[in-house]
Amino acid sequence: MARKLYTLLSIVFIAAFMLSACTTPTQAPAAATNAPAAATDAPAAATDVPAAAEPVVITWWHISTKDPALSDWQKMADDYMAAHSNVKIEITVLENEAFKTKLTTVMQSGEVPDIFQSWGQGGMIEQVNAGLLKDITADLDANGGEWRNSLGALDAFAVDGKNYGVPWDMGAVTFWYNKDLFAQAGIEAVPTTWSEFLADCEKLKAAGITPISVGEGDKWPGMHIWAYLVSRIGGADAFAAAAASGDARTGSFEDEAFVQAGYELKKLVDGGYFQEGFLGATHDEMNATFGNGKAAMELGGQWSPSVQAANSADLLGVKNLGMFSFPAVEGGKGLVTDIVGGGNGFAIGANAEPEAIDFVKYLTSLDNQKVIAASNTGIPVAKGAGVALADPNMVLVSEAVANSTYYQLYFDQVLPSAMGGIINDAVQKIFAGTATPEEVCAEIEAGFLAQ
Amino acid sequence: MQSNSATQNSVLPKKGSRNTRLANDRLVVFLFLLPALILFLIFVVYPIFRSVYYSTFDWKGLGQPVHNIGLGNYVKIIDDEVFQKSVKNVVIIIVLSLVLQLPAAIILANMVGRNLPGRALFRTIFFLPYVLSEVNTGIMWMLLYNPDPERGFFNGILVQLGLHPVNWLADMNVVLFAVFLTLTWKYFGFHLLLYLTGLQNIPTEIEEAARMDGATSIQSFFFITLPLLSSTIKTSVQMSVLGSIQQFILVWVMTRGGPVNASETMATYMYRFGLVRFQFGYGAAVAIIMFIICVIFSLLYQQLTRKPDYLTGL
Repeated sequence: MARKLYTLLSIVFIAAFMLSACTTPTQAPAAATNAPAAATDAPAAATDVPAAAEPVVITWWHISTKDPALSDWQKMADDYMAAHSNVKIEITVLENEAFKTKLTTVMQSGEVPDIFQSWGQGGMIEQVNAGLLKDITADLDANGGEWRNSLGALDAFAVDGKNYGVPWDMGAVTFWYNKDLFAQAGIEAVPTTWSEFLADCEKLKAAGITPISVGEGDKWPGMHIWAYLVSRIGGADAFAAAAASGDARTGSFEDEAFVQAGYELKKLVDGGYFQEGFLGATHDEMNATFGNGKAAMELGGQWSPSVQAANSADLLGVKNLGMFSFPAVEGGKGLVTDIVGGGNGFAIGANAEPEAIDFVKYLTSLDNQKVIAASNTGIPVAKGAGVALADPNMVLVSEAVANSTYYQLYFDQVLPSAMGGIINDAVQKIFAGTATPEEVCAEIEAGFLAQ
Repeated sequence: MQSNSATQNSVLPKKGSRNTRLANDRLVVFLFLLPALILFLIFVVYPIFRSVYYSTFDWKGLGQPVHNIGLGNYVKIIDDEVFQKSVKNVVIIIVLSLVLQLPAAIILANMVGRNLPGRALFRTIFFLPYVLSEVNTGIMWMLLYNPDPERGFFNGILVQLGLHPVNWLADMNVVLFAVFLTLTWKYFGFHLLLYLTGLQNIPTEIEEAARMDGATSIQSFFFITLPLLSSTIKTSVQMSVLGSIQQFILVWVMTRGGPVNASETMATYMYRFGLVRFQFGYGAAVAIIMFIICVIFSLLYQQLTRKPDYLTGL
């Protein structure tokens, strides 16, 4: 008797699934309208999600390997699971580089996680083209666009007007500096032009202080110095003209701005302004040098203060930390308020259940974005969450983003994913002095044309 | 089994049964081999052919490969300066291993294999690094190599001695040797163990006889121990060369093949240009080239070292 009951039950379930799969796509937004309540009121949402009793496993890969972000994410997942007894969230925490490698491998099989770290644009476009991501435009637009309107910077995660993910952090790369060391070298004001910057480097060096810490062993920290110089010299147009494809491409990576950026970068290398052993230093090592007060400046994003603290001897980092925008290069087209930056988001895997999308909505809710802001994990994108930024450094970054005259997403995120490796490898040669800026630009151009 | 069936055959008059018996034996052998054979074909032979197939494509790894370029990848690889550099680095590592690492292992094996007091302790200490995972080893040595004299062990010592600190992993002329030092530390315990086993097989009578004839311990080492170790040395050299060709983890963890390819090996080259740059066809071609080099080396080496072993005659 019991067996018959089970058989009947499973047939009903199978039928229900088949019917729900048969519904036309136009009905999907209507079905989704039940869910948005979850964004603000998670516990209540449990009753609204269809097939609540059906157990759902959500796989989630993130790259926050250190506290407080690590435990914050875990707590959000635990809270969500407590409110939705049918949902089980399996978190995989991976280090940045390991994540990229592992994701590449699973992308081959098409078995991507339901929710995973994404930086948007370039790499994400390829994932979209390979059919690995889910279109969540309808979910964002549901309930009169409630979710969409609650967040900023969604464009970085959209392709051809369709959204495949949402950001949870958008920041900027800026110079971080040690105010005590600046005072020690007799520097009164932060540099706003490139020649002032070079002069300050010379002053610091003369005072026996390492001017800049860079982790060129990992390559991308140094690449950002070059990227900023390109943006300051050539303005927004130089990169856009070179990065476009087809007939829209009016420039090249061998243009004057790119070459000159190489020569300006070379001035820093030739001046001996970087720490000892910078060619082999990792990103953690670079932050250890700066965090321990062994170097006066480093170029880094919104994540820098927390990484500096985590890698410093006393786990506190630099006591008197300041921030200034990358200086303007004299005669360049870029403004000192133009920003190179980017952020973090979550992409939604093609096989994600509605529960996974609902969970991401919960993750980017105002309350949770305030948690992210309050713990210095990132610059929140949820409107109104910025007030929770406790750290004055994060407020500085947040203001820089808000006041930016132009927002340039990281070069390697805009370009096809293979280009990140090519640019990083090429620019490292300027740091090592093994190639001229012309040769480096020619290598990048050749790599771009081969894509 | 063989001799058993032969005696039974002499008893049994029927002629056909011998053949049936043999056929049965073969069938049993085949059946026992089958599971291993299937696994071998699926997980070793098939992927090799699949890699050969992929290596003829210009393929980014997403979707099906469509753009066949024949031997284009191979031509590009052999032409690439970075690949040539990586081959050169591998050759340097192989030569250094054969000249420094293995002789050191032989000498130490002789010391701890014989009558040194506390030899069990030394054996454990020397073998310990081999047990450690490669990533742990890499990270540990990165800390030792830290350029800051206040944090890096080696530079701390150098500065204490009044010498200039060295940028172990950042100086393009030093980095390969720094990595080699770590490789030696990590792997020579394994070779030491091989030689210790080899030493156990050498009968003590031969050495005793030599001593009676008035041979010094140095003579005894060169004319008795070394020749009798020859088969072990053969194995050890082959393991060392193949291991060097395939070396990846330690190098990648410590330097990522850098700075600017100064410590690139063939395996890190394959990873960088195949996986990091999303050129899976190109990466497959590098893998095939490495495979061919390994096979050619193994065949040549076995031809060259065919002289039978003194002890076993094998």
